[in-house]
Amino acid sequence: MATTEVLTHEADAHDDHHGDHPSFLAHHFDTPEQQYDSGKLGMWLFLVTEVLFFSGLFCAYAIYRFLRPDVFAGCSEFLNTQLGAINTGVLLFSSLTMAWAVRCAQLEQHKMLTGMLAATLSCASIFLGVKAIEYSHKFGMGLLPGGFYSYVPGAPHDGTIYLVWISAPFAIILLGLFVWYVVACLGQNKFQMRISGPMTIVFLCYFAGVGLGTLLESGSAEGHHEGAAHASASDHEGAVHEAGEVAHEAGTEIAPATVTEITPSTAGTDDSVLEMLAVDTANTGVRQQLSAAQRQQELSGGPVSQSPGGKAAAVSEASLDINNKFLAGGFFSIYYCMTGIHAIHILAGMGVLTWLLVRSVRHDFNRQYFGPVDYVGLYWHIVDLIWIYLFPLLYLIR
Amino acid sequence: MAHTNSAHAHGEGRPGYDFAHPFPVWGLLAVFFALVFLTIVTVAQASFDFGSYEVLISMIIATIKACLVVFFFMHLAFDKPYNAVLFLGSLLFVTLFLAFTLMDSQTTREMFEPTITDVATP
Repeated sequence: MATTEVLTHEADAHDDHHGDHPSFLAHHFDTPEQQYDSGKLGMWLFLVTEVLFFSGLFCAYAIYRFLRPDVFAGCSEFLNTQLGAINTGVLLFSSLTMAWAVRCAQLEQHKMLTGMLAATLSCASIFLGVKAIEYSHKFGMGLLPGGFYSYVPGAPHDGTIYLVWISAPFAIILLGLFVWYVVACLGQNKFQMRISGPMTIVFLCYFAGVGLGTLLESGSAEGHHEGAAHASASDHEGAVHEAGEVAHEAGTEIAPATVTEITPSTAGTDDSVLEMLAVDTANTGVRQQLSAAQRQQELSGGPVSQSPGGKAAAVSEASLDINNKFLAGGFFSIYYCMTGIHAIHILAGMGVLTWLLVRSVRHDFNRQYFGPVDYVGLYWHIVDLIWIYLFPLLYLIR
Repeated sequence: MAHTNSAHAHGEGRPGYDFAHPFPVWGLLAVFFALVFLTIVTVAQASFDFGSYEVLISMIIATIKACLVVFFFMHLAFDKPYNAVLFLGSLLFVTLFLAFTLMDSQTTREMFEPTITDVATP
């Protein structure tokens, strides 16, 4: 019971009229459980407002999708399903580590708690890194919201400059954290080392995410290497993800025309893609190309198919039909709004998770005081939950 | 460390002091792998053509995933029922919001759609 006396003494120092209160228990609460339940109720109320807030965005999505389902299906082809699926997996894993972190806090496994929080933060960074590749890609192609929409099929595009601008804050923070870590190491400051070390890794993970995104984009570039060469005459060499852009474009807009060039028989448009697919089944790029070609054929089944110019002409007319500020631009307004606000929530989550990381290094949490970890966990799970709905709604339309 | 040990020694066994119920690791992993499996299923179903049922199927899968996250990762299954009432109540209002707005947009569809197409065509 000697330990209890130490604690009581500490509590006394803070507040002398509640001798039996532990230091973490606010004086207006009777027991830690009451404190925990009150905090949790408050957090659930906040989550209710979050759900209602996002429901406005989902409502806009539903109205516009009901109005023009063809626009959504056509524009969804611009979104890289692979990157979306990878990001879903990353967020699900971060949810696992977050739920595990709550368990660690309850069991007072302090080292493991810090590790789990760092893992959650790292996943958030990877998510943002992949997102940065997706965004910079689309900015470069002119796939911008509403009035800024300026996509021209086959035009040269380069999203590198946007990627640099998006990544700059992360690079600066990474540099700062690394310097802090080195200074803490030199000064033998264990506490600062335990914070700046994991945080440096967290921000390195952003660049790992950028690398992963680049790799997946260029992976699909190799997929239609042939197609890409034909598709864009203005194919200027440069960064790897630039090649990805060309491939992406080939997989969406120019795919049918490209395939026609490879095989002179215009009738066998789909067969040639199927042949390519049969040669290499692991070739996801070609599979995307196939789906894009099928999509274009579906579109060409519309009113424009009466035009005598053959399938290729019909296809280009059909894709031009939605390729304007009002239709495709409208889709991208909704896309950026939904994913952008989600990304802002990820950033906010990273902020509070960093706060938790510092407190976990300070050993603030114990089996009677793990509320903050639990509440941030609830927030993190609701952000994951929104992505669970966003992913099929935006990326998996056909 | 003395501080940490004292924290849980304090008031041990008293009502209101022993309320932490850690979720077992196997449970966390089971939920995670179920979520990953359902993600693979939802990506796979997108490559088949289910026509108008496609949205319905992907939304049902997403809702199963959401339930797994809410009930197990967010502990709502073992939580105070009042929190569950709050959260499910918000979903009720979201349903009302979406249903009424969509009903309205269906009735005004005819006067809305040509306007967009007119403006869109250069």
